Amino acid sequence: MNKKGRFGIYGGQYVPETVMHAVCELEAAYEHYKNDKEFCEELKALYRDYAGRPSMLYYAEKMTKDLNGPKIYIKREDLNHTGSHKINNVLGQILLAKKMGKKRIIAETGAGQHGVATATAAALFGMECEVYMGEVDMERQSLNVYRMELLGAKVTPAKSGTGTLKDAINEAMKDWATNIETTYYLIGSVMGPHPYPEMVRDFQKIISEEIKVQIKEKENKLPDCVVACVGGGSNAMGAFYNFIEHDSVRLIGAEAAGKGVDTKYHAATSAKGSDGIFHGMKSIFLQNDEGQIDEVYSISAGLDYPGIGPEHADLFKRKRAEYMPITDEEAVCAFEYLSRTEGIIPAIESAHAVAAAMKIAPSMNKNQIMVINLSGRGDKDVYQVARYRGVKLNEQD
Amino acid sequence: MNRINKKLQELKSENKKALITYVTCGDGGYDTTESAVLKMAENGADIIELGVPFSDPIAEGPVIQAASERALKNGTTLKGIFEMVKRLRSKTNIPLLLMMYVNSIFRFGTEKFFTMCEETGIDGVIVPDLPFEEKDEIQESADKHNIINISLITPTSTDRIGMIAKEAKGFVYCVSSTGVTGMRSGFSTDFNQFIGEIKKHTDAPCAIGFGISGPEQAKNLKQYCDGVIVGSAIVNIIGENEKDSAEKVGKFTISLRTALDE
Repeated sequence: MNKKGRFGIYGGQYVPETVMHAVCELEAAYEHYKNDKEFCEELKALYRDYAGRPSMLYYAEKMTKDLNGPKIYIKREDLNHTGSHKINNVLGQILLAKKMGKKRIIAETGAGQHGVATATAAALFGMECEVYMGEVDMERQSLNVYRMELLGAKVTPAKSGTGTLKDAINEAMKDWATNIETTYYLIGSVMGPHPYPEMVRDFQKIISEEIKVQIKEKENKLPDCVVACVGGGSNAMGAFYNFIEHDSVRLIGAEAAGKGVDTKYHAATSAKGSDGIFHGMKSIFLQNDEGQIDEVYSISAGLDYPGIGPEHADLFKRKRAEYMPITDEEAVCAFEYLSRTEGIIPAIESAHAVAAAMKIAPSMNKNQIMVINLSGRGDKDVYQVARYRGVKLNEQD
Repeated sequence: MNRINKKLQELKSENKKALITYVTCGDGGYDTTESAVLKMAENGADIIELGVPFSDPIAEGPVIQAASERALKNGTTLKGIFEMVKRLRSKTNIPLLLMMYVNSIFRFGTEKFFTMCEETGIDGVIVPDLPFEEKDEIQESADKHNIINISLITPTSTDRIGMIAKEAKGFVYCVSSTGVTGMRSGFSTDFNQFIGEIKKHTDAPCAIGFGISGPEQAKNLKQYCDGVIVGSAIVNIIGENEKDSAEKVGKFTISLRTALDE
């Protein structure tokens, strides 16, 4: 039996036969284009001229002094066009979709960042775009919903289950199975059936490629620690990938602990999950003894997912990366801290990484270097954080 | 011999089409499922699929998804379903299949699951999210316990048809059209061509499923295949009538049987 698309025991292609042909077609197209010179040049140009890459590696001097630990650098994925790392993957996949002759793009979105990036790229490439978003997420991220609509996308609510990211993926998969001949499913994270986890990681690994070059210029050595938040885990895979081979670099993923990992309200997959098969992949999931997928919770719509990508599951299993649960409260504190200390408002997802960094920094020394991957900007979260703090803003409605 | 193969052989020798029906386990409680199964068996169903409810059934349309949600709310579990199968087996010898998502098997423990299937009298499984490439996940255990893992082939299978059909056992589940389960008003698939292509590679009977909403469609489709599979339409009756659904399910089964035998 072929073992392609596996990370240790994790990964695979657990999808209905209806979509297998499309999955195989995508796999073949990706295998071809990933080494195609013209494709790589086109993508490079899009990264540079449209997304604004390379993103800056910023020395956070005040934070460094304040925490009195390692030298802290922040990788500014928040400064990319559309405000997060999601654009890296979207540009790669939409270019591939165009080469494959697809005319219609569908996507799922949690916080809306992937949906916005997809709607943006679809506008740029002149393709029809439909984004599935959990009903609850549409409410807490209404700004991003409007943004997608401005960009010409149709946003369809996923009403089943908890009305969050998991349900949006279910609906997108059903749409894909129905419109398989015309439609390209642009998955936003390192998850789903092979080739998605590998392909999305490949489109995101530019983050760690750049960090490696940038930190060499500034410090002439490797970082000691790289921290990123993990929902499905695409920004973390991107930030980790080129450091996996260097055992001296600690890789730390911040997971959403919601109201605490000992409550029912969290999305801390590696802390509380178990092996399972869901959404096309074998990986680690939050589920009950019967294999029913848990309803999960986080203040962050982008981390509100009951699983992690299969490559993360493997990194976790073989202890190459560590995963740390961060509560809503810790994330909100980090959100405020980075805003006040460095004048950078992080996405609430990325604030989980900042919170993890704040926990680890005191145990490290001055000669060490820490890189925080700031996956997105926080404009979209200001209202929600205000609400969390009980601050009443003057709302339109 | 496995009950499914035995039944299909009988039907072939009698020159009859197979009527395969589906019910979501635990929708309305185990009792409701049990009576529905017995009524279907009495009234002309040849093989029955027992749907195991799953939290995120990505291959199902709204009818079966809603039934799964109701069943899970009722506290339906795989263990409870095996208990029910045991009770059913004391009353009927009709071939029984479990239709379920792979995570339910994986989480239960694959070997333990198929041992339970054999012990309680399950004859086969249909796992819509386990394609040909991943069937090793269960195949060895299934074979060991003489449980048939039914293969699905869809109109999008195209160049995959030969590979899948050659290894098909029991019957081939021919998916009528793209998309999810649920009643459809019509089909755009060229069934002559589709089933013909499958038949080139296998002697296993071909049953068409997904979207068959009643006797009219069963009648129209029977010329192309060896059997039809009806699911959502039955689940719909149970959902609308709950405890008193058995009689209606029985009548509906008769209408399907008649359509196939005419």
